Amino acid sequence: MMQWETVIGLEVHVQLATQSKIFSGASTAFGAEPNTQACAVDLGMPGVLPVLNENAVAMAVKFGLAIDAEIPETSLFERKNYFYPDLPKGYQTSQMAQPIVGMGNVEITLDDGTTRTIRVHHAHLEEDAGKSLHEDYHGMTGIDLNRAGTPLLEIVSEPDMRSAKEAVAYIRAIHAIVTYLGISDGNMAEGSMRCDVNVSVRPKGQAAFGTRAEIKNVNSFRFVEKAIAFEVERQIELIEDGGQVIQETRLFDPERDETRAMRTKEEANDYRYFPCPDLLPVTLDSAYIDHQRALMPELPSEKRQRFENQLGLSAYDAGVLASSRAMAEYFEAVKEACGDAKQAANWVQGELSANLNRENLEIGDSPVTAEQLGGLIQRVMDDTISGKAAKQVFQALWDGEADSADAIIDARGLKQVTDTGAIEGMVDQVIADSPIQVAQYREADEAKRGKMIGYFVGQVMKASRGTANPQQVNSLLKQKLDQA
Amino acid sequence: MHDKTLTELAAGLQAGKFSSRELCQAALDRIERLDGELNSFITVTAEQALANADAADSAREAGDAGPLAGLPLALKDIFCTQGVRTSCGSKMLDDFVSPYDASVVEKLRQAGAVNLGKTNMDEFAMGSSNESSFYGPVKNPWDLSAVPGGSSGGSAAAVAAGLVPAALGTDTGGSIRQPAAFCGITGLKPTYGRVSRYGMVAFASSLDQGGPLARSAADCALLLEAIAGHDVRDSTSVARVVPDYTAELDTSLAGLKIGLPKEYFGDGLDPEVETAVREAIKVYESLGAKVCEVSLPHTHLAIPAYYVIAPAEASSNLSRFDGVRFGHRCDDPTDLEDLYKRTRAEGFGEEVKRRILIGTHTLSEGFFDAYYLKAQQVRRLIRQDFLDAFDEVDVLMGPTAPTPAFDLGAQKDPVSMYLQDIYTIAVNLAGIPGISVPAGFAGSRPVGLQVLAPHFAEAQLLGVAHQFQQATDWHLKRPAFGKETA
Repeated sequence: MMQWETVIGLEVHVQLATQSKIFSGASTAFGAEPNTQACAVDLGMPGVLPVLNENAVAMAVKFGLAIDAEIPETSLFERKNYFYPDLPKGYQTSQMAQPIVGMGNVEITLDDGTTRTIRVHHAHLEEDAGKSLHEDYHGMTGIDLNRAGTPLLEIVSEPDMRSAKEAVAYIRAIHAIVTYLGISDGNMAEGSMRCDVNVSVRPKGQAAFGTRAEIKNVNSFRFVEKAIAFEVERQIELIEDGGQVIQETRLFDPERDETRAMRTKEEANDYRYFPCPDLLPVTLDSAYIDHQRALMPELPSEKRQRFENQLGLSAYDAGVLASSRAMAEYFEAVKEACGDAKQAANWVQGELSANLNRENLEIGDSPVTAEQLGGLIQRVMDDTISGKAAKQVFQALWDGEADSADAIIDARGLKQVTDTGAIEGMVDQVIADSPIQVAQYREADEAKRGKMIGYFVGQVMKASRGTANPQQVNSLLKQKLDQA
Repeated sequence: MHDKTLTELAAGLQAGKFSSRELCQAALDRIERLDGELNSFITVTAEQALANADAADSAREAGDAGPLAGLPLALKDIFCTQGVRTSCGSKMLDDFVSPYDASVVEKLRQAGAVNLGKTNMDEFAMGSSNESSFYGPVKNPWDLSAVPGGSSGGSAAAVAAGLVPAALGTDTGGSIRQPAAFCGITGLKPTYGRVSRYGMVAFASSLDQGGPLARSAADCALLLEAIAGHDVRDSTSVARVVPDYTAELDTSLAGLKIGLPKEYFGDGLDPEVETAVREAIKVYESLGAKVCEVSLPHTHLAIPAYYVIAPAEASSNLSRFDGVRFGHRCDDPTDLEDLYKRTRAEGFGEEVKRRILIGTHTLSEGFFDAYYLKAQQVRRLIRQDFLDAFDEVDVLMGPTAPTPAFDLGAQKDPVSMYLQDIYTIAVNLAGIPGISVPAGFAGSRPVGLQVLAPHFAEAQLLGVAHQFQQATDWHLKRPAFGKETA
């Protein structure tokens, strides 16, 4: 049986989070009525001219710096010419020969904790096209140009990935970088990140690449994994049956989890790239690049290291908490509020993550704020409430019962009793009420006593309605029972 | 009134000798009377013009008049005008009403100028005779059997015939200077980047530049002052201070060094044109200038390089005319491809199609390096020729066109038409400014002297032209066409 190796390269299109479009002043906000966010420039009216959005340049440069890429002094916009109804000018303004970001590296971490470096060939700026709407127009096609001119950063990897898992880890790493940098909202459902996946297979050990197929416009982590899985299987089967993979563009159908060839006519294009005469070359000096570098926030890898080295978290915890900007920011806010990194890490990864997963929420949508959670942890740490009561309080915060842990503790009377006199009274009462158990306890050996004490603890806790400090109860009981 | 210069009319308005309404009404009457024969306008906006004239009169009364307040002008139909058809001389845009004003249109309005209408032109500014217009050819007021030149032929003819005192045109390879020469008026192509291109329908973006056609260099100075300057909407417009061109007109010519490119006086130059140009240069010598011969060794490559670069850019610029959002759309398209094919086959004329084909070809895979890249290399050499020449001399002079205006229908072969621009095209490739000044006649048809200066030296260029016009009266000659009989 032949052993096959999968080779994957990705083109990730990241929608940059600029307020206005890459070459016009129209808004980029998502979800407006069709064609209400397209100005004369976006409509490709006769006589209009593009003006480059400097923010898009700054964002691209930050991305380049984040992946240790070369930022060339000069980059150039070119026109990619083709006709399509949602492409108003009949060309897309893009970059080809001289992109804004050169070679770079992205480190990926797989589920088993191993890391690999994936090379980025380059990243370039371009404008998005509009959307063709095929429904609701009585057999005709509607065009919405709101998206036309939205800035995209297209990040082109080398064919360095060898499995669907690696491809997904790569996209997650890109997602983390762009959201950390704040240059994209990374919202895949709204199309803020889309991937073209190049897949080929070759016999293990063969140096030459196999013929690749390009799967266009895959827009979720899960779909990327499924599309690759299907495509790899299809190609291997095809070759093993004596066929040949043809270089073509395919589409992923998420309904059927399969890829299908697009009509070949759509790709028989000669795009006739040439430098756009309406835009000057972009020249970036080292002062500009240093300035952008100074504006960059801490990146995922830096954060992970700091969590490990300064906060004393385990490598695993640091990795999970730094995996997304939202998660890291939440964690750091909790830590700030409660003053203890380990407790904060435990709660964020434990109770909070469990609740979020159960209700399928992103951390940004958590009904419990970081400040609330920090306040709750503080009450555990200063022994105001027991760990058990804390879970109740968390649930109450989640359900929105009150604004703070303290308010819930007060309302529910969960404050832990630490007054030794009061606890002693309750302990004495329980001992007095349980003569048989006391006798059995005192007859038992040390090993058995350890188990039997639980009964007394439970009784005292019950008597205190859960508010007695369990450690105090335990030690008092031990002291009194062992006395005789 | 119709043969006065803009400067004279401005003075008349200021002195209260006549109102803007009277002035504009007179011009509109003259257009009404004469333009049926001349065909220099595609659209006349009389009602709007009179309202604006009234507004200018009120502003003047209120002491709030701009530098061009109340002066009638016309715009080549390539400048987008909000609410007014902007056809670019093409069937493709026959029903296109622009939703916005070009930057220069805005600037002229702010200066108080009154636009009377949109002038005829070669389709999408592609031509040297105005014969490729969807709206029919324009006639030359000096000789109705001759072309007015192109592509700003309507603007040039309208000024020469006294329908308007001045007009705006655009120049991609000579389209202001050549019609100015053919019609006996003054036409200035500014430095690339001096005037905003925003709202000028693009032909070849790296070459297009708007500028004035008028009766004198002084009038051109007045207009350039109003339209020049950096525009945030045009990244290729240059952020340089706009000089007071009018104030610098009177600079003496003593010691001025004039270079005569020997390549501009070679084969193919009409002897009568040459005589007129050499006479003009003698006038400069008499005014204290020094004349020497220079060489622009890559001149012979200008036309081939231009006819690669300009069509390449045009083929891309004209892709937006696809019948989807505006302009002509074919009837009952069967599918998308049919929509594109028939819309563009019906909407574009022959010359436009020819250039789209040339441009598409030269940008194609396998041809790009041999054509487009090579042409860009040649372009750099041509630019360097001029920079080298300007190390030696202050300005260059020669004929604007190799012949006077030719007969309507005389140029049947596209290449011989392209050769009309032999002296003007290199100027666009280099990006420098150039002006055509009336310098005599060949028979009944005017001859233009072209003066070229370094980048952004418009003030010097206008001064050099103005000094000539102080010493000669060629620019004051008026054609017999349209002479008031009453």
